[in-house]
Amino acid sequence: MAESDAKPKADPARTRVMVEWKHDSPLMACRFDPTGRFLLASAQDNSLQRWELEGGTKTGLVGHQSWVRAFDFIPDGSALVAGDYHGKLLWWPYAEAAPKPLRSLDAHDGWIRAVRVSPDGRLIATCGNDHLVKLWDAVEGKLVQTLMGHTRHVYNVAFHPNGKELVSGDLLGVIKHWDLDKGSVVRELDAKPLHKYDETFRADIGGIRSFAFSPDARLLAAGGITDVTNAFAGIGKPLILLFDWEAGKVRLQLRPKENFQGVVWGIVYHPDNFLAAAGAGAGGALWFWKPDQAQDIHMLKLPNNSRDLALHRDGLRLAVPFYDGSIKIYTMAATS
Amino acid sequence: MRCAYACGSADHGWSRRQFLTGLTASGTLGLFGGGFAGMIHPAAAKELASAQKRVLLIWLNGGVSQLETWDPKPGTNTGGPFRAIPTSVPGIHISELLPHTARQMHHLALVRSINTQENNHAKGAYIMHTGRREQPGMEYPHLGSVMAKLLTAPDNPLPGYIHITPRGDSGFGKQDAAFLGPRYASVTLADGKPPANFSRPEALTDEADQRRNQLRDRLSQRFAQRRRTAETEAYSQSYEQAAQLIARKSIFDLSQESPRDLERYGTHDFGRHCLLARRLLEHGITFVKVSHTNYDTHYDNFDFHLEQLGEFDRTFATLVEDLHQRGLLSSTLVLVMSEFGRTPTINRNYGRDHWGSAWSVALGGCGIQGGAVVGKTNANGTAVVDRMVHGGHLFHTYFRALGLNPHKNHYHNQQPIPMADPTASAIEEVLA
Repeated sequence: MAESDAKPKADPARTRVMVEWKHDSPLMACRFDPTGRFLLASAQDNSLQRWELEGGTKTGLVGHQSWVRAFDFIPDGSALVAGDYHGKLLWWPYAEAAPKPLRSLDAHDGWIRAVRVSPDGRLIATCGNDHLVKLWDAVEGKLVQTLMGHTRHVYNVAFHPNGKELVSGDLLGVIKHWDLDKGSVVRELDAKPLHKYDETFRADIGGIRSFAFSPDARLLAAGGITDVTNAFAGIGKPLILLFDWEAGKVRLQLRPKENFQGVVWGIVYHPDNFLAAAGAGAGGALWFWKPDQAQDIHMLKLPNNSRDLALHRDGLRLAVPFYDGSIKIYTMAATS
Repeated sequence: MRCAYACGSADHGWSRRQFLTGLTASGTLGLFGGGFAGMIHPAAAKELASAQKRVLLIWLNGGVSQLETWDPKPGTNTGGPFRAIPTSVPGIHISELLPHTARQMHHLALVRSINTQENNHAKGAYIMHTGRREQPGMEYPHLGSVMAKLLTAPDNPLPGYIHITPRGDSGFGKQDAAFLGPRYASVTLADGKPPANFSRPEALTDEADQRRNQLRDRLSQRFAQRRRTAETEAYSQSYEQAAQLIARKSIFDLSQESPRDLERYGTHDFGRHCLLARRLLEHGITFVKVSHTNYDTHYDNFDFHLEQLGEFDRTFATLVEDLHQRGLLSSTLVLVMSEFGRTPTINRNYGRDHWGSAWSVALGGCGIQGGAVVGKTNANGTAVVDRMVHGGHLFHTYFRALGLNPHKNHYHNQQPIPMADPTASAIEEVLA
């Protein structure tokens, strides 16, 4: 029997809690490391927390002076790169017994909102409130390129799976498609349903809160909040815009079947061709969609407000960090 | 003839006498109605300007967060992601969201120990505008109306209290004046625009306008001989005021300000509204309130404060500096406040909720000791630990800063009503 045949299948309908750990501060972003040994999450106490999946031992990575809402791993597992709300980018040898930062850069003027490492591990893309997208040499930490053109805070970035192209999305729902060799914009994708100017609140609300390419690069998912009726309280509907990458047009709007108010904070595109997303507002939820169906195929109500979503390399485990400081690992394994 | 409803106190006479004395001393009585800005002699304009006390209230609608403004607590479980930055006053730090305001700190004072015990928008706003909690059967006048009465010379044709709002309808807010009467009501300029029908219809000639006004005057006088009330007084006066306002409508015309000033204040609504506020204060309006909306950030508090205070900071700092440069700050009391602060606890949606228990306001200008900080909250801002004050204390403080006696009474139906809450007192530490 081939190895792939022996691997347990992921079945969203079977999603259930495997394990839960706790930190004493609300958690925000989370990722499994590329070796599959650790789960890391950022917290509102400015730390990153590392849990060993085997045994759940917790270690703090303390060094940021502000919130870390985004981090990513060098694919060989040598470091993670985390961006904070003071605009600093720190390289962490996260697997060491007592990790200390390897490098600290003043990367952006104001918040860093997203950090992504390229598929080949050579580049790091960051974006933030200075309206800029920046590319860094992942090994040397040197600035390689600055991409200008957004007119408002840049909320998210994602590398195309070919590593030569990048998307960045801002508060206004403008997605820019960049050619990294030329350093120029190829086109813009319209994600304006994920933005609203609230006349009562006199402020913009929304933005591209989450991004994910399908592994075959034919689809791009952008998530956030839409149909906002009350910006004061964040009353609106979670929405994922699923773009046909080649056409650059929205192919489908993915929405929860059940009534839910809130934001899509994290999306993963599973290799078995379904999407999972974590959202929160009045409570939390985990949804699963097939890319050809507008309504979710399964929904799991979560016990607290979820803030992100991460997929383990085994394709079976999902991690969700919560406002109450807990982090849960769910399994989608079809069999026990 | 003495007005039957008048209180008979010396308060009216005081402000009028003081004002006219100042005018006579500077020899510029004849220029009174036209405001100060148009005067030829800058020195005379400054002297005249300083003879009148004014108030600028910046109302941060919805409840600005004290932790993202005047009382930051970085590195604590409630502090959020922002830094505290130094200011022009050594030892005073405020949120990094206010870098321009930080450079004006020597003109400002902070009260970091407010406990109004009120988390309701309307009730909190009432406390902050009247210095009292709501009481059944009693409506107290708003600060703007009180100051319009106490600080505006009776023959000043301009409204004493102008409120610039981001939206809504322009008009008159007579409820603000309560028992003081509609004469001291606020005039709302929605989006900085004067009330509708502000200009005389083009079809109406000067002569026809004059004739209809004469007819109305005769009818009003005949009516007033038999029945005289605050309302009829205000009714008659509103026509005079309207006529004189129309003659001075240029004071509302922002196009007369330089493009450079428009750029300095910001091209957004709040920028335009604060530039208009400067213009109104320069032209002798006693009380100008500018509302900036909205800070009711139950969701995404940090994103929204970044956006809203990004507008507020540079504009407000520019206005304070301009008032200083133009010699008006020492005679203009500046207040920055909301109906309450926001919870130290960050909620599940990255928001902060209503919090009246431990929050801050900023004051500056006339009668205020720049660089003073009064009161203290605990390490993570959840409680006042030193010099707890409430709206009544602030109201007393405004009076004292403006050289007024807060222990005097209003008179309504011959009944004395204390101008400020008699159980409170001024916050002496912020007074110059």
